[in-house]
Amino acid sequence: MKTPAPNALIGGALIGGLAIVAGIGAVWTPFDPLQLSFRAKLAAPSAAHWLGTDEFGRDVLSRLMAGAATSVWISLLTVLLAVTLGTIIGIFSGYVRGWFDRIVMAFNDALLAFPGILLALGLLAVVGANKYGIIVALGIAYTPSVARIVRGTVLSLREKEFISASRVMGNSEAFTMARHILPNCIAPLTVLATSLFGWVLLAESALSFLGLGVPPPAPTWGNMLAGSRPYIGQAVWLGIFPGLCISLTLLGINLLGDAVRDRLDPRMRGMR
Amino acid sequence: MNAIKALLEVKDLTLKIGATGKTVVNDVSFSVSPGEIVGIVGESGSGKTLAARALMGFVPPAVRMTSGSILFDGEEVTTMPPKRLRAMRGSRVGMVFQEPMTSLNPSMLIGRQLDEGLALHRKLDAAGRKALILDMLRRVGLRDPEGALTAYPHQFSGGMRQRIMLASVMLLKPALLIADEPTTALDAVVQRDVMELMVDLTQANGTAVLLISHDLGMVARYCSRIVVMCQGDVVEQGLAEDILARPQHPYTRKLLAAMPHRLPARALPEAQTPIVAARELIVDYPGRQGFFRKEAPKRALHGISLEVQPRQVVAVVGGSGSGKTTLGQAIAGLLKPTGGDILFNGKPIFKSETAYWDYRLSCQMVFQDPYSSLDPRMTIGQLVAEPLRLVPGMSTDERKARVAEVLAEVGLKDGFASRYPHELSGGQRQRIAIARAIVRRPSFVIADEPVSALDVTVRAQVLELFAELQRKHGFSCLFISHDLGVVEQVADRVIVMHEGRIVEEGSRDEIFDNPRHAYTRKLLSAVPGLESTGDGGVRLFWRLADQDKEMAVPG
Repeated sequence: MKTPAPNALIGGALIGGLAIVAGIGAVWTPFDPLQLSFRAKLAAPSAAHWLGTDEFGRDVLSRLMAGAATSVWISLLTVLLAVTLGTIIGIFSGYVRGWFDRIVMAFNDALLAFPGILLALGLLAVVGANKYGIIVALGIAYTPSVARIVRGTVLSLREKEFISASRVMGNSEAFTMARHILPNCIAPLTVLATSLFGWVLLAESALSFLGLGVPPPAPTWGNMLAGSRPYIGQAVWLGIFPGLCISLTLLGINLLGDAVRDRLDPRMRGMR
Repeated sequence: MNAIKALLEVKDLTLKIGATGKTVVNDVSFSVSPGEIVGIVGESGSGKTLAARALMGFVPPAVRMTSGSILFDGEEVTTMPPKRLRAMRGSRVGMVFQEPMTSLNPSMLIGRQLDEGLALHRKLDAAGRKALILDMLRRVGLRDPEGALTAYPHQFSGGMRQRIMLASVMLLKPALLIADEPTTALDAVVQRDVMELMVDLTQANGTAVLLISHDLGMVARYCSRIVVMCQGDVVEQGLAEDILARPQHPYTRKLLAAMPHRLPARALPEAQTPIVAARELIVDYPGRQGFFRKEAPKRALHGISLEVQPRQVVAVVGGSGSGKTTLGQAIAGLLKPTGGDILFNGKPIFKSETAYWDYRLSCQMVFQDPYSSLDPRMTIGQLVAEPLRLVPGMSTDERKARVAEVLAEVGLKDGFASRYPHELSGGQRQRIAIARAIVRRPSFVIADEPVSALDVTVRAQVLELFAELQRKHGFSCLFISHDLGVVEQVADRVIVMHEGRIVEEGSRDEIFDNPRHAYTRKLLSAVPGLESTGDGGVRLFWRLADQDKEMAVPG
């Protein structure tokens, strides 16, 4: 491989930086992210508090570092769950067709009719509002859209002659799905997974906003962003920095996702 | 030719791709006189379509014209202002495209589509336009012109749509009609009808035709002059009969030599147990099904019986919708037949698991479209090795050796194994597909239109390769094709299908020389044959011409 593509470089740098920050944040932060300090309430960024403090005087940088691990971890696991479940359902539905497909897709479409966040709210009421509850709830809430897209891809793939060729060869259905269908779903899946990552980051903050996210005082980027709203006039940094973190992460994930997709696709190799 | 003023005069036309500077049309000159039919023949990439599009100012944005002039009726097209160009299109120069399925707007009534051009270019009231349209629809052979006005394109077959397209173009009585592969997407039988209609109509109106095609036989049949293009260059042009009888340029010779031709019938061993036999095969396609309704199934095959002897090539021919592809899929085991049986070496394959598996390992298939039959994410080596996975007791080294051997057999030697399908040409891909089919040394291969997606010269090479492999390995073959020329070249036995039934069956010579069924005769009489004269040239003839009607090369 010659020089890596620019999107791989920038995306990799952003995600690498994030991983380092999250890693450090898990063991050390400049201040205790939960330490209240009423003398330094809503302090502007300064030498002591690089990114300022919030309404309880907690250090924003420390909270962002501590929250990075939680937010990214939640999003990552949620996307993984949704993509795994959705891909399995989508591939089986699209490849097997018939009654199985019709029933599964009718159910799937019924779930799709609910906004993801509403579905997650309902599920959270059942599984309980904690870190893993959120992962399960959001993961299930986003599964139908993955399943739909994967099924669509599979439907067009299964009409291709190379699938017939695989069957004529004597390959079992399971082998055909694993060897020929799944790898050809990867391009749409990476695009989907990266945008899903963004939705989940935002959905997690929306849940936090509704009080169903990771319970305070534990920081996540979502609940920090949500919590900044009343103070937007006095302390704009409260919203800007978590927002910036979320945006940069999304940018990094998207760039990296594109790079990974191109890297995995033999047709794109050697194009640059 | 120069005595009359040329209608269209193309001089030194050069087109380049803007970004790379690659020349796609190089110094092309030709002319079309009023009322004349001129053919441009070439394979894909020859620049024939681009050159024709340039005549109407229709080149894609990425392509730049770097030099040359196009004079239409004495007027320079290349420098024409857009408004003037628009007035010329449609009204003076008409165009018929290849794909009748997409060249009509699917959401517009036929009547309105035909009216569009008339309203734009002719000063006539609505009633006058309607009269003209009805007259033209009747002229192109629509049974119910009045009803067609309020019908949508999807209600017509491909052949009918191409007639409607032709009607819409000819309504304006253009001086020049550009027909870009007008019948390539159509059935052989329909092809001839549409071509003849086109020639009749244009001759009646004094319209000149520029016919662009890869099909040398068809071009030679209908055109008075031929322009042969190869990779952007005009290699030869002249009167049709001269080019056919005395081709000058090596490429033209190659093109003519690549036309399928009949070889002496092969002597095959006396009939033994057929290697594969179908008995009363019935296939129904399920009707559309929802949760609450179920439509009646559609019968695609009405009880087909056939036998393939060892080492024999049996061709199945028929138009689209004849069920020949369904038959191939059913015999390949891709479709479960509703009724009937398939016998492999005399044993029914659906009765026992071992017989089925035995058949599965011995039967392979080559598909039509080399672009979709190879998994784009696998290397050539992986693709060709895949069938070996299921061969019991084969070591990794043996597999590697076999893959290398087969790749060499299909003429793709070093370095191909690590490449991906998208890096190869259509012909090379089809070689890979053939390699994959024969790597397990099958005793029976089904080939579904294996060469119809390929260019003429590539097609000849692939056919030759296929015949050579078939001789070498002795597999039997079910060869499905709509192309009678190809069938005549490869088949030992021919089965003619029509609407899900076998209408005639016999040895190749019986079918081609003495067809009995009316449909077979129709099929044969629709395609012109080319016969080598031995000195590099060819002679054009109509099959059954002596029996049905006389036809000579025009010119």
